[in-house]
Amino acid sequence: MKEYKTDVAIIGGGSAGLAAAIIIKKSGLDALILERDRELGGITLQCIHNGFGIHEFKEELTGPEFVQRFINEVKHLEIPYKLDTMVIKIEKNKTIYAVNNKEGLIKVIPKAIILAMGCRERTRGNINMPGFRPAGIYTAGQAQRFVNVEGYLPGNTYVILGSGDIGMIMARRLIWEGCKVKAVVEIQPTVSGLLRNEVQCLEDYDIPLITSYTVTKIHGRHRVKGVTISKVDRQFDRIIGTDRFIECDTLLLSVGLIPENELSHNAGAELSSNGGPIIDNNLETEIEGMFACGNVLQVHDLVDLVVAEAKRAGINAIEYIKNRYGKNLKKKDKIKCLTGENVNYIKPDLINKSDISKEIIFSFRVQRPERRILIQFKDENNNIVFKRKKRYVIPSEMIELNINLGESGASDETKTIKVEVIPQPEVLIDNND
Amino acid sequence: MSKTIPEEEKTVRCIVCPTGCEIHVKNVKGELIIDGHTCNRGEEYAKDEFIAPKRILTSTMRVNNGLLPLIPVRTNQPVLKEQLNNILKEIAKKIVNAPIKMGDVLIENVLDLGVNIIASRDLIRV
Repeated sequence: MKEYKTDVAIIGGGSAGLAAAIIIKKSGLDALILERDRELGGITLQCIHNGFGIHEFKEELTGPEFVQRFINEVKHLEIPYKLDTMVIKIEKNKTIYAVNNKEGLIKVIPKAIILAMGCRERTRGNINMPGFRPAGIYTAGQAQRFVNVEGYLPGNTYVILGSGDIGMIMARRLIWEGCKVKAVVEIQPTVSGLLRNEVQCLEDYDIPLITSYTVTKIHGRHRVKGVTISKVDRQFDRIIGTDRFIECDTLLLSVGLIPENELSHNAGAELSSNGGPIIDNNLETEIEGMFACGNVLQVHDLVDLVVAEAKRAGINAIEYIKNRYGKNLKKKDKIKCLTGENVNYIKPDLINKSDISKEIIFSFRVQRPERRILIQFKDENNNIVFKRKKRYVIPSEMIELNINLGESGASDETKTIKVEVIPQPEVLIDNND
Repeated sequence: MSKTIPEEEKTVRCIVCPTGCEIHVKNVKGELIIDGHTCNRGEEYAKDEFIAPKRILTSTMRVNNGLLPLIPVRTNQPVLKEQLNNILKEIAKKIVNAPIKMGDVLIENVLDLGVNIIASRDLIRV
């Protein structure tokens, strides 16, 4: 078995992995990128629409243009990478096993690991959609790859379930390729992706957005012939007597993304409620020297934010190798972060007590939309250690806050920090945002 | 590009920020009456959307001898919404040869609109 030694092994050659590799190489350390696809770039390559790079490059780019800049830099810096290489196992001691069709089974022994495997789409199975299995049912991202990269159209007449951004962007894309899109069906009472996509992808092309409805039956034995959609109540249960049949030959599912963490989990890293690994404020998992960034940690709204997080993971991996690697230091004491009212998940899951007086980036999502809210961080004695007002929150927008908790009363005596999103008390409303 | 102001009224859903204001634009004898916006950027956006809505067009073009059968392309600047379909037809007619570099002009001055179709990525020849 061939063996490779490197400072940092990076699993995944998408936007996150590339950005992390660049910062590591520039510090003078070595990196090795392991990518399972035939080329570097990841999913950003198939997102051919524009709207990327506004934070990172201060200009509006398409997905391929955005990631090409990182690929070019990786090549310019001569950072080694392996394509068509699938990591199959990470051991607790961070030894990596991977396979490719040139070398067979290979072993990579790194000092640190950066997990950058991204996320995958929720499928029909994830949303418990029963019935026959005719051809013509795809996830939206799968269809996106067929249409934008491989050069196939998966069908002619579509219904799209789920009004996430990928679903709406695919609706417009399919219209542009000469297909028909009968409807975008959304189980929630409101659109779940960005408003700009609702306006530019659906309204511009008169595609109906049918909210509070879901697909309750798929018709057709060999090929999809149509779907039945039904109105749902607040518990998302079907309301009898509201069935409508829509003829179509293809059903696209845009019903959410899940961080892809089988490797991390099997390595011994515990996962938190959002499907990403448990990490501390340095993006370090519970396995010393293994860091996580990008959509494998939490699904982001923008690739720009993925890249920013990946750079932090890179910097922290460098710090680990320079100051902690091989020293067998005692595990640091940590403060646990907990989710309270209307908070879906919170990253980081843990805060090193020694870092309590540093700026820490917190990110989280709410469970339901709400206007005029107060974000509160409380310790285990219900002392408020941070609060901020916000005009509105919606689940489709990740909230990121840069906070120094030490300044507002948290200390290394603190045991837990609970984050909650509550309506603003009346007295606060007259202040501005 | 000069264009006369349309003689109508329109409700524009603002996409400048996620608040999503509904902005009403009305042409009263050549003068635009705009209301419903809550910021200046919203006013600008509504004005542009009323007079001449523009979009960046992104699509794919067929490729000979490339690693992939398609290359993602875009217009190098926003184009009038009403021109999108015509430009898509021009893109569909064309087949280009690999290798291609990001930014390469694949169709120059498409339909005499003063807009180029450029490649969104590198594509090697195989």
